[in-house]
Amino acid sequence: MSSFRLSKGGRVDRAKPLDFTVDGKPMQGFSGDTLASALLANGRQLVGRSFKYHRPRGILTAGAAEPNALVTIGEGGRTEANTRATLVELYSGLKAKSQNRWPSVDFDLGAVNSLLSPFLGAGFYYKTFMWPAAFWEKVYEPIIRKAAGLGRATYEPDPDTYEKCWAHCDLLVIGAGPAGLAAALTAGRAGARVILANEGFEPGGSLLAETAAIGEKAAADLLEETLAELASLPNVRIFSRTTVFGWYDGNVFGAVESVQKNTAAIDPNRPVERLWRLAARHAILASGAEERPLVFGGNDIPGVMIAGAMRSYLNRQAIAPGKSTVIFTNDESGYRTATDLEAAGLEVAAIVDSRAGTPSSWAGRAPVFPGAVVQDAKGGKALAGVTMIKGGALQTIKADALAMSGGWSPIIHLACHRGARPVWSDANAAFLAPETQDGLSIAGSAAGVGALEACLADGAEKARNVLRSLGFSNASPAFTPAVDTATVAKPLWYVRGAKGKAFVDYQNDVHLKDLGLAVSEGYGHVELAKRYTTNGMATDQGKLSNINAIGILAEARKVSPSDVGTTTFRPFYTPLSFGALTGASKGKHFQPVRKSPLHDWARKNGAVFVETGLWYRSSWFPKAGETTWRESVDREVLNVRRNAGVCDVSTLGKIEIFGKDAAEFLNRIYCNAFLKLPVGKARYGLMLREDGMIYDDGTTSRLAENHFFMTTTTAYAVGVMNHLEFCAQALWPDLDVQFASSTDQWAQIAVAGPKSRAVLQALVDEDISDAAFPFLGAREVSLFGGKLTGRLFRISFSGELAYELAVPAGYGETVADAIMEAGSPHGICPYGVEALGVMRIEKGHVTHSEINGTVIPADLGFAKMVSTTKPDFIGRAMLSREGMLADDRLSLVGVKPLDPATTFKTGSHILSESAAPSLENDQGYVTSSCYSPNLGSTIGLALVKHGPKRHGEHVTVWNDLKNEYTKAVLCSPVFFDPENGKLHG
Amino acid sequence: MIATSSHGESIMRYSAFSVFLNALRGNKSWRPAWRSPVPKNHYDVIIVGGGGHGLSTAYYLAKEFGITNVAVLEKGYIGSGNVGRNTTIIRSNYLLQGNNPFYELSMKLWEGLEQDFNFNAMVSQRGVLNLYHSDAQRDAYTRRGNAMRLHGVDADLLDRNTVRQMLPFLDFDNARFPIQGALMQKRGGTVRHDAVAWGYARGADSRGVDIIQNCEVTGIRRENGVVTGVETSQGFIGCGKLALAAAGNSTVVADMIDMKLPIESHVLQAFVSEGLKPFIDNVVTFGAGHFYVSQSDKGGLVFGGDIDGYNSYAQRGNLATVEHVAEAGVAMIPALSRVRVLRSWGGVMDMSMDGSPIIDRTHIDNLYLNAGWCYGGFKATPASGFCYAHLIARNQPHETATAFRLDRFARGRMIDEKGVGSQPNLH
Amino acid sequence: MASLITCSHCGPRPKEEFTVKGDAAIARPAADASEDAWYAYVYLRDNPRGRHKEYWHHTSGCRRWLVVERDTVTHAIYAVADAAAQGETA
Repeated sequence: MSSFRLSKGGRVDRAKPLDFTVDGKPMQGFSGDTLASALLANGRQLVGRSFKYHRPRGILTAGAAEPNALVTIGEGGRTEANTRATLVELYSGLKAKSQNRWPSVDFDLGAVNSLLSPFLGAGFYYKTFMWPAAFWEKVYEPIIRKAAGLGRATYEPDPDTYEKCWAHCDLLVIGAGPAGLAAALTAGRAGARVILANEGFEPGGSLLAETAAIGEKAAADLLEETLAELASLPNVRIFSRTTVFGWYDGNVFGAVESVQKNTAAIDPNRPVERLWRLAARHAILASGAEERPLVFGGNDIPGVMIAGAMRSYLNRQAIAPGKSTVIFTNDESGYRTATDLEAAGLEVAAIVDSRAGTPSSWAGRAPVFPGAVVQDAKGGKALAGVTMIKGGALQTIKADALAMSGGWSPIIHLACHRGARPVWSDANAAFLAPETQDGLSIAGSAAGVGALEACLADGAEKARNVLRSLGFSNASPAFTPAVDTATVAKPLWYVRGAKGKAFVDYQNDVHLKDLGLAVSEGYGHVELAKRYTTNGMATDQGKLSNINAIGILAEARKVSPSDVGTTTFRPFYTPLSFGALTGASKGKHFQPVRKSPLHDWARKNGAVFVETGLWYRSSWFPKAGETTWRESVDREVLNVRRNAGVCDVSTLGKIEIFGKDAAEFLNRIYCNAFLKLPVGKARYGLMLREDGMIYDDGTTSRLAENHFFMTTTTAYAVGVMNHLEFCAQALWPDLDVQFASSTDQWAQIAVAGPKSRAVLQALVDEDISDAAFPFLGAREVSLFGGKLTGRLFRISFSGELAYELAVPAGYGETVADAIMEAGSPHGICPYGVEALGVMRIEKGHVTHSEINGTVIPADLGFAKMVSTTKPDFIGRAMLSREGMLADDRLSLVGVKPLDPATTFKTGSHILSESAAPSLENDQGYVTSSCYSPNLGSTIGLALVKHGPKRHGEHVTVWNDLKNEYTKAVLCSPVFFDPENGKLHG
Repeated sequence: MIATSSHGESIMRYSAFSVFLNALRGNKSWRPAWRSPVPKNHYDVIIVGGGGHGLSTAYYLAKEFGITNVAVLEKGYIGSGNVGRNTTIIRSNYLLQGNNPFYELSMKLWEGLEQDFNFNAMVSQRGVLNLYHSDAQRDAYTRRGNAMRLHGVDADLLDRNTVRQMLPFLDFDNARFPIQGALMQKRGGTVRHDAVAWGYARGADSRGVDIIQNCEVTGIRRENGVVTGVETSQGFIGCGKLALAAAGNSTVVADMIDMKLPIESHVLQAFVSEGLKPFIDNVVTFGAGHFYVSQSDKGGLVFGGDIDGYNSYAQRGNLATVEHVAEAGVAMIPALSRVRVLRSWGGVMDMSMDGSPIIDRTHIDNLYLNAGWCYGGFKATPASGFCYAHLIARNQPHETATAFRLDRFARGRMIDEKGVGSQPNLH
Repeated sequence: MASLITCSHCGPRPKEEFTVKGDAAIARPAADASEDAWYAYVYLRDNPRGRHKEYWHHTSGCRRWLVVERDTVTHAIYAVADAAAQGETA
């Protein structure tokens, strides 16, 4: 292992080496490494290339804010682009690739953009690439698109699984650093149900890298004791590797738990990620603070690192940042890093402190340069040194590492997801979120607290206060109060006079001058500056860059950061996989499947199924030797019309309606009369929306004085049930009426055709002759000599003599088999929804192809059904509007080709015979069409202006999409048996 | 590169040459893209709302109708509404006669927009595909595609194999609702949304329009039955005509004059993924769930789904909708599973009662209304401004916008593309 | 408002169990009300910025229609009542 890994120290387990590869090159790290720390341990400082200028980039942070060290992890369907190396827990077999480079990260031709940078300033693309007009899409845009983007996503499906869960708690603690641990311990001891969510693989936050003692106790010991006690409390759950990404209404927090992202050996029986919706009575946000980078020339050269990150790598993973480090700070943090570097035996070449005066606490060897700044860092793919300016004099310092600290910004992201705006605090030199909101408190450095002891105390105290308000009156803080001894640095937004590019947003290559340009061009508003320069729009969402950008904008505009304000914090705190959000709802399981009780019956009879909403319906039943679906459908239609057929209509919505006001209720629901429907009768009903349009249709039967049975269309079954409940509960709660959906309880079988009576009579005990059971009869019947009770309806969609027999779902298959057997001598056949569709078009019966939400009863020839005597029904009032009465409304007609050898398709438009095709000349459109084996021709239904008055008119059926222009004639929509002789047969 | 505008100030013409020259001078001579004027006492026309529609209205009033004594009042920063938070899609694939010619006018304006206002808004006609998964959807798209063709709008009905050749990474083999084909409009595509606001603002400003940011309208003053001006956070400003273009806040403004609208405000969320190398070339909408996606020139997948469904003036939504959108996304493109979503946001939609917009006069003679854009307002930006300017200037609707009447609901002349009626959260 | 809704009958339940319909502040006019009253009922909305009453159906729960009073800006829920009870007091 290279010299970057110190021989001792850190929390890594040197007994557990882990092999991994980067761009195919084998490397080794230890358990306890992140990919970033392992890369550093292997001397790999150059990790990625930036977005626009393809600048060489290293590792800047040790956490979620990392803008540079993005790599592609995994292979095949597990490929994950843009993965922050700083958040990846190292595992054996990990394969990482660098990205946004060609041909390699060490030699990237895209870096030529850096030379062109004067021409590629903020918003340059808005001002050019406009000439010639066609060139943007043909030439410029493809080049830009190819150059843009970071990692490459896979096109392969993800082989892994995900799941989603809910969890409830009294207190959710977000962040397991000092404040979070103190809050969780306080709440745990009080007996509250606590969830402690921790982003990393090890709880502890800053305590993990802390070398100072807290009171008499080493930080590591305090952490160990606290975790041990939390583990002993059954009411405390610690969710490790869990990022809380969003705060939503109802105090529900979205979180994602990484379950198997730390192994190459994925257990297929467990998810790789788990989405949590955490419903918390209250939450404490203890997300810590982000250390700011400083904006000076070359501040992106690999080797430049945030001071706290450098300290974290040193103390957690025993990583030396280099041989000689320069500290550039305006804050105590730089000194803490310097102290620990020197304690590890590493050289600190200089401490450059922009503040005046040396802190009295500094007792190390390194020289301190107060009142000085680093103007430029020097180097290419690795840091070579810095130029420091002090009192106007330039001095060059050799160094291969630079730690920078520009002060701290509380991480208030989640606290601002529900509308709260951050407020600038001069005292904290930072933006703070409101300390308490309904359901959320902020503790520790996320609330602007500085010192470690003070963070512990703050977490404990905030938890105590919350718990008392939640009814845990015995709660007492787990840590004693402490004075916050931390001092707050005056912000240094940028260093003047830098020679090199001074980056503000690293990933998007937004540098100091871009923001200046935005202000001078009028885009100085923080939101406009973001949109114009792309500052804060990278995958880190401005975690590091936004605050410096605000400071720079404030100076350029000569106002306070308070006047500039922030852009809006929005979910997600860190990027979130589609997979986690999707959970198990994918592939065939995207939506649930509904199967009719006769599904297996249909399958064994050879049905071809079709998705109809969530249902699978039997579409047709091919016989041996039939080569096209049309062949099967034609045979089914002819056989039903000649003999008999069986069709599964179980998917129709079925609703039992009870109550002494049931008839009155239906009378208000349907536009036609239902009050006096006799017991034992079915009636076709039209249900309107309140705006007068037809909502749904179906038959409703009166089985007893106060018991009706409604059928709806398959598609609208759910909606109609909701509608009935709305009307009953919200509009007319005084009516005594109750509903139960029985769609799944009944298998419903249509038996149609001239021989259907003979077939059914073999099963039904009662007399079902025309005299005993005429058209629209509806009654309970006894079957198989009293073995079973069902419901029989004499209704017909096909226009044939037909029945629908409903039996309890579990008996469906047996009964259907019995019908087939009884029908066998009569030549019965099963038929599917395609044949049903043909027969209903032949009869001019409408479905939702015609009832498309824009038709009123009159449009479909149902004008006379609309009651003029009922005082009220849903939709009545709006039917009298001028547009509803207009005679140019599209109305139902039949249409058939003049030459039966020609055909047309649904969706074709109707034009007058010699009219030029134009919208103005559009007469309507074909709503349904099929080949009618009875008529030997294509037939269709259409909605046409003045339709009923135009029977006999020759038209063009216009389907330009298929270059199909069919000469046709408008006609009655009833093509077959217009006298209904068969129906009443 | 310096031209003289109608109000005598010089404006900077943008070109590759101007970028080059400025770069040589250290990029120090760029001037503000628009002025920050102090409001005058009186304007011929005040437009309430500095979003896409308000700014384009001002631009066309000045450019096409010579009305330049115009102020656009914006309570925040320009483009802070839906023009800056949409999914950037443009298309003119509409079904109904009331809509189709209007959206096609918009498409034609998009096609010449950048040269017209000298700002590269990156209009990218990469094609919009609407997938269909059932015979009924195919039939509906056949009807729609033919309606488009009747008006000379490009439309193609693609079969499954053609779609598969174009977009092989869609779920063709394991889908709950197998893809059968798509309706495609090749001229549909995307536009860099913020740039639309900026381009119109710059173009309007250069013709003399005052764009006044941070100016919230708090009241509407009326005398003798006509509007005389507006109370604002910057004081009273008089006007000859008042034109509302307040999108999701239309009701709030209309309340100032006791006008009740056929509009509900709803939140629609949108999303962007992390930046990726080119992944998907077209705009694709799923037919078996609420999901549509395109890829920005920066590499982010920009996508969205359905509105959250409840009335809201908050520009944020909820997690359940986020999950539904992701589920539909993975159902359409299984490989999205490992792609990470970077950011979600919400916009407030002025959902009308039939899903179509209103560009009309009101019961007050000099008060005009532009509202009800639902979640389709962005693509309409040029035509909306053009037709609204026409209405304001001429007092009669533009020929492509005659159906967008406020009284159409009372008259029973709805323009309901989806056929779901007067429940806005279904449109 | 729409992560959890406290159903009057079932307690706090996730939003996925509910279906939202729309404005609950407007009462359905009497059958003989004027055309204007009906037009207003079907098409015009107060659409308030702030307190708002809305119909939600506990579709995957008790199947009762609820009137949820809530804030359209903060999304805070003030009250939930059964729609039938609401009808009695309206």
